[in-house]
Amino acid sequence: MIDFSLGPTQKEMQGLARRFARDRIAPVAAQHDRDASYPTDVIDEAARLGLLNLRVPEAQGGLGLGVLDEAIVGEELAFGCMGIYTVLMASDLGVTPLVLHGSENQRDRFLTPLVGGGARLAAFALSEPDAGSDPAAIRTRARREEGGWRLNGRKMWISNGALADFTVVFATSDPERGAAASVALVVPADADGLSWREVHGKLGQRAAPTFEMILDDVHVPEDHLLGEVGDGIRIALSTLDQTRVPVAAGSVGVARRALHEASRYATERKAFGKPIAQHQAIAFKLADMEIRLQTARWQTWHAAWLADAGEPCGHHAAIAKAYASDAAFESASEAVNVLGGYGYVDAYPVAKLLRDVKLNQIYEGTNEIQRLVIARRVIREAEA
Amino acid sequence: MLPPRSGAEVGPPLVPSRHDPAGGAFVRFDLDDDLAHARRHVRTFAQERIAPIAAQLDAEARYPRETLRAMGEMGLMGVATPERYGGSGMDVLAYVTFLEEIAAADASHATLMAVTNGLPQKMLLDHGSEAQREAYLPPLASGRQFGAFCLSEPQAGSDAAALRTRAVRDGSGYRLRGVKAWVTAGGEADLYLVLAVTDPDAGARGISAFLIPADADGLSFGAPERKLGQHAAVTTTVRLDDVFVPDADRIGREGEGFVAAMTSLDGGRIGIAAQSVGIARAAYHHALAYADERIAFGRRIREFQGVSFPLAEMATRIDAARLLVQRAAWAMDRGYRVTKEASMAKLHASETAGFVTDAALQVLGGAGYTRDHPIERYLRDARVTRIYEGTSEIQRVVVARQIVRELERGELT
Repeated sequence: MIDFSLGPTQKEMQGLARRFARDRIAPVAAQHDRDASYPTDVIDEAARLGLLNLRVPEAQGGLGLGVLDEAIVGEELAFGCMGIYTVLMASDLGVTPLVLHGSENQRDRFLTPLVGGGARLAAFALSEPDAGSDPAAIRTRARREEGGWRLNGRKMWISNGALADFTVVFATSDPERGAAASVALVVPADADGLSWREVHGKLGQRAAPTFEMILDDVHVPEDHLLGEVGDGIRIALSTLDQTRVPVAAGSVGVARRALHEASRYATERKAFGKPIAQHQAIAFKLADMEIRLQTARWQTWHAAWLADAGEPCGHHAAIAKAYASDAAFESASEAVNVLGGYGYVDAYPVAKLLRDVKLNQIYEGTNEIQRLVIARRVIREAEA
Repeated sequence: MLPPRSGAEVGPPLVPSRHDPAGGAFVRFDLDDDLAHARRHVRTFAQERIAPIAAQLDAEARYPRETLRAMGEMGLMGVATPERYGGSGMDVLAYVTFLEEIAAADASHATLMAVTNGLPQKMLLDHGSEAQREAYLPPLASGRQFGAFCLSEPQAGSDAAALRTRAVRDGSGYRLRGVKAWVTAGGEADLYLVLAVTDPDAGARGISAFLIPADADGLSFGAPERKLGQHAAVTTTVRLDDVFVPDADRIGREGEGFVAAMTSLDGGRIGIAAQSVGIARAAYHHALAYADERIAFGRRIREFQGVSFPLAEMATRIDAARLLVQRAAWAMDRGYRVTKEASMAKLHASETAGFVTDAALQVLGGAGYTRDHPIERYLRDARVTRIYEGTSEIQRVVVARQIVRELERGELT
């Protein structure tokens, strides 16, 4: 059975997110980009409307929404601003390891406070200054001690970071044993020895704050360990399998915005006596943007549907993430050319799309890593 | 001295199988000793004086007056202008060679260098009177003064025949009224070459070219545009409120301005192509050095084909782009018609700069997305090369028109 329709709740969420993106996000996006300022009011209102921490289960007082729901909402929000959506998306990235691997007790303690009372964020810390694509090379050290763990090391590129109530930190309990000794530990914001340094000078997504995390003899109690010793990398990768879908959905939102801006401009701007949309050089660009948009959306929703059905979704999430972010970058770049000089200045929203969506090709696994994931399965199947 | 060129049809088409009319060896890929020496000199200057300040200029969107003056003293602001007018008296090949070096250090400097070397001096050389050349060229070619070019308008870019800025006859001169857009060095330059409509019924043949000093009554400048990149190459609108221009400051005959400018644009496009090669080269070198140091999965990442193949692709495309630039410059130096070759070089080199800066950023991953490395600036700076001096779409229009013409004339190569 194949059914491509959305349910009534999904349509309602889509409409809510679309109106929110249009009325609340888009009007302030340029300003937050220019100032590299955190959009406090937008995130607060998103929290009130139920657009933040969508994945917190109903048992913990959340909406308990699935990956497809998040993809539908994410596309709409990213249409307004990819940077602002990243704040919301990155919080669910911190929530997801607990949803997938936390005990009921851990979920109650860490997830319940995130919902129902204003904007509360979570974060996820895997990359390090010298280990990004290769998580088995992480050096952040977790040593057992009386009553729990002692953490030392540095984590890099942590979205939300210092603003989050807690961060799920991946570390190794034995650097000699790599992934087999990896652990996932929940580090609360008020832990002693924890400090943050904000990353400045990002090319895009400047409304979403990014931090380096410094762990200097940070103690966390034993029951902050998710799963068992040795589960850390598996927890990280299974989380990313799902959360790459929202990255893909955000990319779809950017691709749709690029097409929206380019087609609106192309039907108004005249050259050689007719609207430039009537010249095939421009019309074909618009057609290609639409082809990429539709293709990317269905890849994204398919991966989301697999995740919600409890099927392995990593392969399809990797395809969706790589395809949608490459497609969105291409569409943003083409939109710049459709607008010509106007596409290059920030009086129009198009140049920002290009700067913002470049990051979608990098975070939660570069598109090279997605290709590695995809190729491994293709090769494995050929060998079997 | 170059053979004079005064219209789009001057000079033979470039047919590679024919003998070089200048009598040189036809295929030669090395630079002669003098040019190679001069290139080293320019490279040292660019890397020591410009590259270290590029990030700061970008952050502050500051016009780099001091380094531009130093470039003028080196002879880089009038490279192909004859020595008797204060220039360096070199050729287009030398010009694009130097421009690549400057662009590899900072694209904004290259844009500013290209603007003042370009149309203001080219139009004077090709179409100016001897009196105009003697009056205006020496300060421009020596870099004491800076020239700007005003063609595009808010509603007319690629379609220059839709220009609205009017020049109306007024006694011994004209009154100019209108708004020009995307003027590089607007408000900073000393001399503005402005195209305006003298005969609204004559289309492209009703447009004339005028020289206007920065302090002319009625000339004013908008605030600098907030651009994606090339922040130091300040861009503004230029407003003309009944600016009086005497007949003596019209270049060429009335109605010839647009056609003359379009012919001179060939050289400008080769310049943008050279600039694109320079930006691409800088990004590629940075990515290569990073890939040589960064370790993942226990190896230098350059040992993974996922990284080494993009690097190989970058190197290949940059080489191809530079060869197209050099061919167009070489042909222009010999008086060939290079409309097609210049557009091909600009199209391919600017698309290459887009590809290379993006692929290079990807090699660096998250680090490349921050200002700790220059790649994000290279990417932003490179993006406009696909837009200015004719978008990539317009280059395809030009190439398509030329190849159809070749087909019709039996000149297909």
